Amino acid sequence: MVDTLIIPLLKIIILLNAVLVAVTYMVLLERKVIAWVQSRLGPMRVGPYGILQPIADAVKLMIKEDLRPANADKWVFTAAPIITLVPALVVFAVIPFGSDINLFGRTIPLYITDINVGLLFLVSVTSIGVYGIILAGWASNSKYPLLASLRASAQLVSYEVAVTLTLVSLVLTAGTLSMVGIVRAQEEAQVWYMFVQPVALVLFFIGGLAETNRAPFDMPEAEQELTGGFHTEYSGMRFALFFLAEYANMIVISAVVTTLFVGGWLRPFPSWAALGFLDIVPGWIWFLTKTFVFLYIFLWIRATLPRYRYDQLMSLGWKVLIPIAMANIIVTAIAKVFL
Amino acid sequence: MAEAITFYVLSALILGFGVLVVSTRNTVHCVLFLVADFLFVAVLYVVLSAEFVAIIQILVYAGGIVVLYLFVVMLVNLKRTPEAYFDPRRAWRLGLLVAGAVFVELVAIVVYGIKSPVNPLRHVDAQAPPVEGGNVEQLGYLLYTNYLIPFELVSMLLLVAMIGAIVLAKRE
Repeated sequence: MVDTLIIPLLKIIILLNAVLVAVTYMVLLERKVIAWVQSRLGPMRVGPYGILQPIADAVKLMIKEDLRPANADKWVFTAAPIITLVPALVVFAVIPFGSDINLFGRTIPLYITDINVGLLFLVSVTSIGVYGIILAGWASNSKYPLLASLRASAQLVSYEVAVTLTLVSLVLTAGTLSMVGIVRAQEEAQVWYMFVQPVALVLFFIGGLAETNRAPFDMPEAEQELTGGFHTEYSGMRFALFFLAEYANMIVISAVVTTLFVGGWLRPFPSWAALGFLDIVPGWIWFLTKTFVFLYIFLWIRATLPRYRYDQLMSLGWKVLIPIAMANIIVTAIAKVFL
Repeated sequence: MAEAITFYVLSALILGFGVLVVSTRNTVHCVLFLVADFLFVAVLYVVLSAEFVAIIQILVYAGGIVVLYLFVVMLVNLKRTPEAYFDPRRAWRLGLLVAGAVFVELVAIVVYGIKSPVNPLRHVDAQAPPVEGGNVEQLGYLLYTNYLIPFELVSMLLLVAMIGAIVLAKRE
């Protein structure tokens, strides 16, 4: 009873709250990082160094008027933000945050579930999120959101192919589809897959940027061309749901990169015995640190790179990333068989 | 018992959404009901402890093919009522005949299933007990040994379809 129901439920509640708080603070971090890059201070008014800004933002979004265009499709317009956010949160179920911990005499694994097809689960659930974007644009019954949602979904569907192909080469290396299994495989091999599959890491991260609609691939919300993107007609809390989903997806991509390529909860250089003293730090802290590094890279890229042109983006996806991913699979398979 | 209840509830939902798909007027709503339908079919696969098939069902159908349906539906003008698309050449007698044949076939399968000594509807391979948490390895092993030729044929078929699509698109 306790092991099958109460503990998983507690884990889900803690995880959901942690993710939502992390998302709101990601917004603040993004504003701060971009401000530092541009030699500004960023938000400074609410609380010391603007630390309470996310709370002010949340209150503002909640008490704003909730507008719905007169000719919008009522049900689909309401459902779209929900369809976008739910998959972004569901995928956290298969991400392992650390090795088992002992708490009050119980061994508690730091993941909600470890299914045998974890990686595929992740890919398939994320692919459902596309619907939210398409439907938001369609249900608004407005030209710019429709154009933006068509762009966004074309982009997501194209880059999904590249990302999935990249994962195939990683699965070949690890020999399992389970997320926990992939970390264990890295523990056994005594090496992070970042050094075994460097090409896959780069491809996956580029694909991840495109899948989350982040700069330099934030075409769907290119202000100069499309006023505001697929969520132009949304306001108040519904708009906030899209925002939450985008940042939750960033955290997902960072956590997945951490799990697959940087050894999840393992300490740096697990093969070096000289670094054994690092084992004092619990695994989940390593995990969070690594995830944070990748989140920072997301923000760094946004502050540094200009936006791609739409046709360049599509040809990058189809003519560069997918062929490289396929070549990577072939090379991995050959190496796996002959080495 | 619990399994039976789950099965009947899921079947009711799948059939209900199926009816909604063909009866709803708004085409985008139809496509959405179709997605829901596919998701419930995936749940049915999970209940049958075929997790891999369930995930592939979501990935390929709900996440891939129906997105393309949505594209087509949104880009094609469907403002007129369905009656405006009525084709006078539609052979309803032929349609009825085909539908009747399919119905007879389904009834025959059920009757045969109940009567036959090795009940295909309840046949479970005793040598392969369901594996906890998925059976990807077994599935992969079977695909690359016993079912290698069908598997390769299907992949050739997909390749041909892909090349065909590219050729058709390039013609313009």
